[in-house]
Amino acid sequence: MTLPDIPLFAYRRPNGKVGIRNHVVILPVDDISNAAAEGVARLIRGTIALPHPYGRLQFGPDLDLTFRTLIGAGRNPNVAAVVVIGIEPNWTEKIVAGIAETGKPVAGFSIERAGDLKTIEAAARQAQAFVQYATELQRQPVSFAEMTFSTKCGESDTTSGLASNPTVGRAFERLEAAGATLIFGETTEVTGAEDKIAEQCATPEVRAEFLRVFQAYQDFVNSVDADLLGSQPTQGNIRGGLTTIEEKALGNVEKMGRCTVRSVLQPAEEPKGPGLHFMDSSSAAAEMVTLCLAAGSVAHFFTTGQGNVIGNPLLPVIKLSANPLTVATMSEHIDVDLTGLLRFEINLDQAADLALTMLARTINGRLTAAETLRHDEFVLTKLYRSA
Amino acid sequence: MKYGILMHEPNDDVGVAVTDLTAGAEVGAATLEGQPVATLVLREDIPLGHKVALRDLKAGQKVLEYGRPIGAATQDIARGAHVHVHNLKTLRWSK
Repeated sequence: MTLPDIPLFAYRRPNGKVGIRNHVVILPVDDISNAAAEGVARLIRGTIALPHPYGRLQFGPDLDLTFRTLIGAGRNPNVAAVVVIGIEPNWTEKIVAGIAETGKPVAGFSIERAGDLKTIEAAARQAQAFVQYATELQRQPVSFAEMTFSTKCGESDTTSGLASNPTVGRAFERLEAAGATLIFGETTEVTGAEDKIAEQCATPEVRAEFLRVFQAYQDFVNSVDADLLGSQPTQGNIRGGLTTIEEKALGNVEKMGRCTVRSVLQPAEEPKGPGLHFMDSSSAAAEMVTLCLAAGSVAHFFTTGQGNVIGNPLLPVIKLSANPLTVATMSEHIDVDLTGLLRFEINLDQAADLALTMLARTINGRLTAAETLRHDEFVLTKLYRSA
Repeated sequence: MKYGILMHEPNDDVGVAVTDLTAGAEVGAATLEGQPVATLVLREDIPLGHKVALRDLKAGQKVLEYGRPIGAATQDIARGAHVHVHNLKTLRWSK
């Protein structure tokens, strides 16, 4: 099997992008609009609020990233329609305009000169109309080539590097061949394996850009006198048997398989074409997955050794593990059991078949473990302190 | 179980225990594609997911996994011994 022989059905948005979920999102622009956004979501069935702690007095690249992440979440093809709520109209309209480029329904509401209650009423009426619009949309036949997928690992151990990450790598090789768009990243976590990524870059320009963002992250770490050895590998990694950051990195980059890196993306930036893209990103699970959401990913392969339980409110996170203890003790979190690899019962190709079959089922509507468990981590990446 | 140790590359210095392994046991090592690499006697208990040395390693020597260095030995390590933070150190940020 190269790709599973399962017909795929998903939602094609007005701009042609394909999503596998059909969310109506209530998106706060800033921390103080969370209450109104959550108020609307409590009133109207079929909506989901995305509360977050930022959006005030940010500036420069940090503000740009917050805008790009919030707009990107709204633009994501897993989203049918968006109600944006901010404290004042200016930034609210900026986010509305960014989402409106996709052609999907979006409306903005601001709280100043109205108060929470009047804002909630007006936004709830709009949300109700959006839900009724969204619930009449039908799934249509789609192909892997029309979609963007992402990957990251968490609470890694040696089983991640030896078994579950190579499984994703093999699956990514097949998705690349099928014309899909793919994202990986974790800039500091590839330290020790940056040469391998550089070798797989498509052109000298892409390689130079990769090494530039890699070095910039290293310089940032050094600039605050941090010792990444204190936090990398994490205590969970070490307990699982990982010893050094090089070992963790070499296991980590197994997820890219033998794919070619087509471009280097800023955090939360949408890829401009198919193939594999490296996103400059943190390795913190919820931050990285949220950045992938903002970049347009519609399903995420998350490999875990010791058992990271991360999810995302809009981006289905498919959890894969090859650690028998984790699969046995945390089974409610695991979508794909790869322990057969460690028992030498299945080989890497068969493991990739299992991963891609679960991807197809997830595309067609099966809720992931993280979705059923309400793991709705929506976490913005903050570059530095606010004014 | 057919093998107890999983190898990424056949020439790696270390392999990974795929189950909790006990000191004194004789254990086979193989790659993910099922290619047998070696059989060795364990000098220590090796917990699931932890590394074992496939050959004698000298203090200061680079240690290979995935066919690439994952750090350097901080002391002599014997074939069959547990390899972890007590005897292996990163080559990065060693300022």
